[in-house]
Amino acid sequence: MSSFKIFDIAGSALSAQSLRLNTVASNLANADAISGTADGTYKARLPMFKAAMEAGGDGSPGVQVLGVVESQALADKRYEPGHPLADAEGYVYAPNVNVVEEMVNMISASRSYQSSVEVMNTAKELASRTLSLGR
Amino acid sequence: MANLDPIFGIHADAMSVQRRRMEVLSANIANADTPGFKARDIDFAAALSSAAGNGAGTTPSPRALTTDARHIPIGMGGSGIDSAAQLAYRVATQPSVDGNTVDVQVEQAKFADAALHYQASLQFADGKIRSLLTAITGQ
Repeated sequence: MSSFKIFDIAGSALSAQSLRLNTVASNLANADAISGTADGTYKARLPMFKAAMEAGGDGSPGVQVLGVVESQALADKRYEPGHPLADAEGYVYAPNVNVVEEMVNMISASRSYQSSVEVMNTAKELASRTLSLGR
Repeated sequence: MANLDPIFGIHADAMSVQRRRMEVLSANIANADTPGFKARDIDFAAALSSAAGNGAGTTPSPRALTTDARHIPIGMGGSGIDSAAQLAYRVATQPSVDGNTVDVQVEQAKFADAALHYQASLQFADGKIRSLLTAITGQ
């Protein structure tokens, strides 16, 4: 009987959400990284979550990060003939990062992180109260 | 635990079930952003009667009968609260497009409820221990 399964579950959520925050930070930081070719631009990073059945045992899975994938959306093509990186036709390519989407992702990730922290706090308090039973 | 069962009564079992329930609810909260994840919960009354039914001297828990070969047995998968028999899927009020049925606010409310009930059982057990200590020390 493991009394501390909640910590494993909430902990996996914390690491998954912080990875999501990392990808958001990376996407926002590179949102204006202009490139001269469509293939050379930065692609938005997206984490893939999956319920990890083995982490929490039966019925109470943690979160597993399957990996980080690159967005397949097309790079933003801009006509800027004066730009030093512009190609022969005068186009530069901006990353396919949608800044508004990233901000929403950031808020969602931080709220989910907070929820898991609350769960962990409650579990910790209950566990320490159980340990001090009869004192 | 068997020797202490008459002292703590139902609260030992109730605490186990609430702890298990908090695990399931914390998994729901953890997977609030996982595509395709279905929120689950424990039928507390069924789980408690099943857990209490395993102890000696208590009334046996009710079992669902299967009268057809195609029926799926309920509560036969194992004994105790760790069997998945009492786990059910929550009916989602507004499921996401990605198939996720977790409503974080609902799960947080249920988690707070389970934590409060756990604390209540904890206080009852604590009171029992204190009264026993009073009886033992005789002061």
